[in-house]
Amino acid sequence: MELYMSLAIGIIFAVGIYQILSKSLLRIILGTSLLTHGVHLLLLTMSRLKTGAAPLLGEKASAYVDPVPQALILTSIVISFGVTSFFFVLAYKAYQRLGTDNMEELRGTEDE
Amino acid sequence: MNNVIVLPLLIPLVTAVILIFCSKYVCAQRLISAISVVMNVLVALFIVNQVNHEGIQTLHMGGWLPPYGIVFVADMLAALLVLTTLIVAAGCLFYAFRSIGEEREKHYFYPFFQFLLAGVIGSFLTGDLFNLFVCFEVMLIASYALIVLGGTKRQLRETLKYMLINIISSTLFVAAVAYLYGTVGTLNMAHLSQRVAEVHQDGVLSVIGILFLIVFALKAGLFLFFWLPGSYSAPPAAVTALFGALLTKVGLYAIIRTFTLIFYHDIGGIHAIIGWMAAATMILGSLGAVAYKDLGRILNYNIIISVGFIAFGVAVASSDSLNGAVFYLMHDMIAKALLFILGGIIIASAGTNKLSEMGGLMKRHPLVGWMFFIAALALVGIPPLSGFLGKVLIIRGGLSEGHYWLSGLALASSLAVLYSLIKVFMGAFWGDVPGPRDTQQPVRIHRTAYAAVIGLSVMVIVLGVGSEWIYSYTSQAGAVLSDPSLYINAVLKE
Repeated sequence: MELYMSLAIGIIFAVGIYQILSKSLLRIILGTSLLTHGVHLLLLTMSRLKTGAAPLLGEKASAYVDPVPQALILTSIVISFGVTSFFFVLAYKAYQRLGTDNMEELRGTEDE
Repeated sequence: MNNVIVLPLLIPLVTAVILIFCSKYVCAQRLISAISVVMNVLVALFIVNQVNHEGIQTLHMGGWLPPYGIVFVADMLAALLVLTTLIVAAGCLFYAFRSIGEEREKHYFYPFFQFLLAGVIGSFLTGDLFNLFVCFEVMLIASYALIVLGGTKRQLRETLKYMLINIISSTLFVAAVAYLYGTVGTLNMAHLSQRVAEVHQDGVLSVIGILFLIVFALKAGLFLFFWLPGSYSAPPAAVTALFGALLTKVGLYAIIRTFTLIFYHDIGGIHAIIGWMAAATMILGSLGAVAYKDLGRILNYNIIISVGFIAFGVAVASSDSLNGAVFYLMHDMIAKALLFILGGIIIASAGTNKLSEMGGLMKRHPLVGWMFFIAALALVGIPPLSGFLGKVLIIRGGLSEGHYWLSGLALASSLAVLYSLIKVFMGAFWGDVPGPRDTQQPVRIHRTAYAAVIGLSVMVIVLGVGSEWIYSYTSQAGAVLSDPSLYINAVLKE
């Protein structure tokens, strides 16, 4: 199972990086969003998948799942959600003011 | 257990929430932020004193003992950096009062300012690697808002790049945390240090260490600084002063903490890489500082040079050089804030940021001129001022460990700093006022701005003249860095 997850994470990372390298701002934001999803899956997979019961006292199981990665992922999801929405608003504002979403045209000149 | 050490984080957080509710009353906002920062400076002084007398202070959140709960640790390094951060913040705040503009003040400048402080201080105090990531994000999200606040075309354009770089580095941060957790199964820094020492720092852990190095180097502007000159030239001077003094230093702090506490076993490998990155940073930063004729860019490249210099101290990793790195870090935060605020005043009174169009400011603002001169000499490292002791210690550490080339390079970079800042001094303050501007009204500098720069200048002089006394504190910080067991015992054995 870990192997398939690793492959999936690899594919998500590859697609995310490909999107970030494109010129359109919207694609770049989607790329960053994919990248963070990949990282969350990575965090989940790094602690081994399905190693035991839910970490509750009443379960009386012989092995329990490590709850820490899930807590970390939850925190990270909240942060990336906020950042992505801010990024979208910023991109929209920038598109309105600057009239373009092409990163090639957003280089800026030396003396302005 | 000591509940006081969460206060420096809590005060700005609560202040920010209060400030959000009185965004329409500018005077009230100024008053509340000023009171909050001054109060926080006193708390930080108290903590430094406590750490000095009673050793490293810890706080276990919610009573969960480490390594399970989140722990706050105030060792001397963290306490001193929190104090310096707050002094710098007070300076930038007082300068911002009259320079930032009412529009920005009404649109939540002060709350973001306080959130940024909360993030920076949290990063210094936390003893948990994932919590460090969270504090980084608090700081970064506040910085995204501050850098774009005002919404000029240039700000919008540069913020897009700044955000993209930081999102990518944060993603890598989480990835590095995931690998580390998967390998050693803990995130508490003291516990990590123990476990890494037990399993030996082999190939996998070295790779993870380098991943952390890339993440923090992106944030600190160590070699991977391509984003810095553009982004930092977009926002107004008060914000740039805050960023230049604090944000890159948080990245450096993370490098210092990680590579003296966790990945300190492989001096020949990772630390050699840090050394090479420091060398490249100093060379490229010096080239930039010497080449440009635009005040903002010269100052931005000066940030990069000093990041390289401090990283050199970390790369050598002897007790002398670590002491020096701590001292120089404190000096550099204050001196950079002073330099950037003075830069902002110069640009405001000359009406341009091009050196060729400036001149004659010495006649109008002699005090500003002399303070700029003091700041420049302090950054170069002229003896009675604050930069001297740090440079001496770092270079001495470098020479005694046999890093002759790097030490020579570090000294040469001081010359580049001297050349670039004296170029600014001569261009802006000497000579005559250029023709057409003669008829304009000279810009008045408000007394809060004077209070900020005079306060910071006094700090630069005190840090230099009283360096013997300050050194007794920074050497305690350096001692913890050279001997990780002090930190581990304070956190885990209670």
